[in-house]
Amino acid sequence: MDKELRIVGFLCNWCSYGGADTAGVGRFIQPTDLRIIRLPCSGRIDPLFVLKTLIGGADGVLVSGCHPRDCHYSEGNYYARRRLEVLKRFLPVIGIDQGRFEYTWVSASEGQRWQHVVTTFTNQIHALGPIQRIGKDAQARACAFGRTLEVDIPA
Amino acid sequence: MPVLEELKAQIARRLPELDMVIGWGHGYDCLHRTPVFIENAADIEKLVFDPLCVHNLSTYLTRYGSGKKIGVVVKGCDSRSVVELLQEKLINRDNIVVFGLPCEGVADLGKVKRALQEQNLDMGRVKSATVEGGKLILAVSGKEVALALNDVLADKCGRCRYHNAVIHDEFAGTPVEGQAQDAYEDLAAFENQTLEERMEFWRGQMERCVRCYACRNACPMCVCRDHCIAQSRDPNWVSQGDGLEEKFFFQMIHAMHLAGRCTECGECERACPVDIPLLLLKRKLGKEIQELFDYRAGTEPEVKPPLLAFKVEEDNINERGW
Ligand code: SF4
Ligand code: SF4
Ligand code: SF4
Repeated sequence: MDKELRIVGFLCNWCSYGGADTAGVGRFIQPTDLRIIRLPCSGRIDPLFVLKTLIGGADGVLVSGCHPRDCHYSEGNYYARRRLEVLKRFLPVIGIDQGRFEYTWVSASEGQRWQHVVTTFTNQIHALGPIQRIGKDAQARACAFGRTLEVDIPA
Repeated sequence: MPVLEELKAQIARRLPELDMVIGWGHGYDCLHRTPVFIENAADIEKLVFDPLCVHNLSTYLTRYGSGKKIGVVVKGCDSRSVVELLQEKLINRDNIVVFGLPCEGVADLGKVKRALQEQNLDMGRVKSATVEGGKLILAVSGKEVALALNDVLADKCGRCRYHNAVIHDEFAGTPVEGQAQDAYEDLAAFENQTLEERMEFWRGQMERCVRCYACRNACPMCVCRDHCIAQSRDPNWVSQGDGLEEKFFFQMIHAMHLAGRCTECGECERACPVDIPLLLLKRKLGKEIQELFDYRAGTEPEVKPPLLAFKVEEDNINERGW
């Protein structure tokens, strides 16, 4: 695979973080682009976390929690599911490919499933390439504007 | 009886049991209306109702302590904000008296300004404005200009499905018949562009944002006021920096916090001093929420907003799809 990209994973403490750990203990080969942030529950994931991460320059964001009916707090992932689905459908209007964000469910025992999820998602992000950043040219434009002003001021 | 006279009579009758009634009155020039806060019978004469009454007055309902009894005058679209506020228990039905109106549309002053500019006239010089027979008749720089109301109506009115207040204790005038369809064509046209073009569009728009937060302050559903997370320093969601990311992220906060709650009243966009088309973001969310949960904010008082609820088996979410 080509150069690493920046992928951020928000993982629930009870299931998916455990699943990632299981995959590690099982020595399942995984791509290394993902950086994991552990949270108490997928219900804790504010859609703004994802937007902030993407606007801040991450190339992809993955959210993973407990399977529906398995939430440690009974219903956190049900609320998450609605919010994250809305977020996913919102992304295209601001020019971000829907595929840069996925959410899924992995339990603590599913090391193999975790391996599959990370590999699939990482491949998907590599296919999309680095993200286009909203602020990428703004600085340059501001500087160019500053220079035109300078030219216009008589000595 | 004309609508305004009927409204005044209703307010006069209900005022003794209320601390205040919020309606529209004359503003600083003949094209602008301004909110008036009626506390005694004499103030009732200040009331105005015509296509220049654009403000959504339900914005004020969450600004008074819970003890006050307040009356509010609403058009069809504004009444949806009242319903949504009730659904979220942000206001108490017992303390609110809703004076509902029928409405055939309000003017978009941006359109009026551009129509006048085409004739080399300045909106600031308009001396009088009257509405007659579907026309907005303006006296400006010694000339009389008649603009067809249909040409200067706000976009939301062209697709309005709720001309009559959906909730009311008093209703003045006769209900407006018929309703338009809204197939989100504006959004579809925008989404015909590539992702790169869309982001470039927002770059151009957001570069102009001055972070005045007028969009937030005008929004009836933005109830956090001084506790808005955009002003929090811990955690620091948006910094004091003036980069594009900061400005854009502020709009992401507003959009996400309005998901499933925004009634598309358009006040955010109207209040924006630099004409950023903010409603496009809100309409995108509105459309997806409607498709996912068959829900339109502010239309059914008894229903729980979709992001405050869930179903164990969702009807329209296929989360295992990828
Ligand atoms: S959207 Fe409907 S109710 Fe609202 S101002 Fe326009 S026509 Fe009136
Ligand atoms: S976000 Fe804009 S359109 Fe939506 S409720 Fe608030 S002011 Fe109205
Ligand atoms: S009203 Fe317009 S300029 Fe002001 S903060 Fe909102 S988007 Fe920016």
